[in-house]
Amino acid sequence: MPGAVRFMQGNEACVEGALYAGLEFFAGYPITPSSEIAEQLSYRLPRQGGRFIQMEDEIASMCAIIGASLTGRKVLTATSGPGFSLMQEALGFAVMAEIPCVIVNVQRGGPSTGLPTHMSQGDVNQARWGTHGDHAIIALTASNHQDVFAITVEAFNMAETFRTPVVLLFDEVVGHMRERIILPQPGELALVERLRTSVPGGVDYHPYLPREDGRLPMSDFGGVHRYNVTGLYHDMWGFPSENPKVVHGLIRHLVDKIESNVDNIARYKAYYIDDARTVLVSYGASARSALHVVESARRKGQKFGLLELQTLWPFPHDIVGEAVGRAKRVIVVEMNMGHILHEVRKALTNPSNVFLVNRLDGVFITPTDIRQALRLIEGKGI
Amino acid sequence: MNRTRLVFSGSGGQGVVTAAIILAEAAVLHDGLMAVQTQSYGAAARGGATRAEVIISDAPINYPMVVQPNILVCLTQEAYSLYAATIRPGGLLLTDPHYVKIERKVDAIQQQVPMHDTVSAQIGNLMVLNSCMLGALLGLRPLVRPESVLTVLARHVPGQFMDINRRAFCSGLELTKAEKNRSEIRV
Repeated sequence: MPGAVRFMQGNEACVEGALYAGLEFFAGYPITPSSEIAEQLSYRLPRQGGRFIQMEDEIASMCAIIGASLTGRKVLTATSGPGFSLMQEALGFAVMAEIPCVIVNVQRGGPSTGLPTHMSQGDVNQARWGTHGDHAIIALTASNHQDVFAITVEAFNMAETFRTPVVLLFDEVVGHMRERIILPQPGELALVERLRTSVPGGVDYHPYLPREDGRLPMSDFGGVHRYNVTGLYHDMWGFPSENPKVVHGLIRHLVDKIESNVDNIARYKAYYIDDARTVLVSYGASARSALHVVESARRKGQKFGLLELQTLWPFPHDIVGEAVGRAKRVIVVEMNMGHILHEVRKALTNPSNVFLVNRLDGVFITPTDIRQALRLIEGKGI
Repeated sequence: MNRTRLVFSGSGGQGVVTAAIILAEAAVLHDGLMAVQTQSYGAAARGGATRAEVIISDAPINYPMVVQPNILVCLTQEAYSLYAATIRPGGLLLTDPHYVKIERKVDAIQQQVPMHDTVSAQIGNLMVLNSCMLGALLGLRPLVRPESVLTVLARHVPGQFMDINRRAFCSGLELTKAEKNRSEIRV
């Protein structure tokens, strides 16, 4: 039976997805264009037994969700670029301590306070490398409300599966736009629940000793086991270690658990790719303008295709290379100075066929913008 | 494929954004159509020029913005000056003579409907001007069923204000049904 048809903002679709996934704790500090997420959760969460806290800032917000996650809760915070910058230190802690958590960044124009109410996709590399040190991260996005809901559920699932922070990189256009969504019924989308240890109280529990399959069962902090959690390199008990073997083993584990699963984590949509001579690669709201261009080109018999990426990190180089490698031209459409552009180039044997079509002035890129750039690339002039 | 692109423009507080949301929601939830609604966001929504956009279609909508509207509603002179030139040839321009003096002719069906004066005289509360505008619009272009809008209005509007909103909407509907062929200026 299909679920209820609703009409809502993208930020509300994210809230619905988070609640569907089993969100129990939200800590945040409101900021445009993400505020509706905090606003809605401030009354939705308490009504179903969850907790909502408005913190003093984004540093505290990120720290609060880390603590709540350790106690066994599914947790979320939501912000925009300036707040995401403040969260980077604690985000690194969550990477190191392997804390499942979801961070929404509804992107606006940057750097600094930038363009609060306008569209940008300038935080893609910040999601990847905003916190210091070698690490891996999962970052997901979506271009429409149905997908915002689904990818939010996926974010919670991946956070639990890989014991990692997952960043949801939405943007102002998708966040604020209202459109139709069919809310999935309970059970329609699979949910991943917290993997808890079977070690009983009174028996030694090693919080960082992987099982055979590489996963680390958790024990709710404050429950039956006492253990240490630190941002320092640590051994299987969670206590600091400078042992080179331990250090090397941990950094490899942190990176490999995500990078070696790149194909499992990859989410994307291919439109008219098979025989496409010109392939647009895009994501988030920009993919809507790109799809508009592709569909109108197809109506004229032009062989255009679109690869819409939903997983941005880890970047699925093999999948992208295979999908667009045969095209004569690859056009990356994004609202920044070229973040995904370089990854697409890395994925191809002939990177000189890859072009960037962007817009940096806060105005959402139009199909006309893309067509004009295409004419220039094709040598036809404006 | 049927597709109507609308721009509602005015100043903050006139309810143009709310009207856009109500129209789009009625299309999606009660008339089985696709619709996307966006708006100018920021300081403009609190007193300055405000603009809300709706696309209604029977097919999925990708690019969600409106560059050239088929239907343009202007409730301030400033909005009219800014946007009148963007209307699609043959489109509909709906203005209120209380707010807008039409300065130049655009290639559109120009409807000047006295919504302000009607709401002032019949209801006495300009808060419901936007509901009257929605009625006037649907009297000219039956984009969605009037009862769909009333259902959505009842969900959005606090109970004590529903009656004046319903009356404003119905008076708008009557206004354009009756005057449809009188105030129309064709170029």
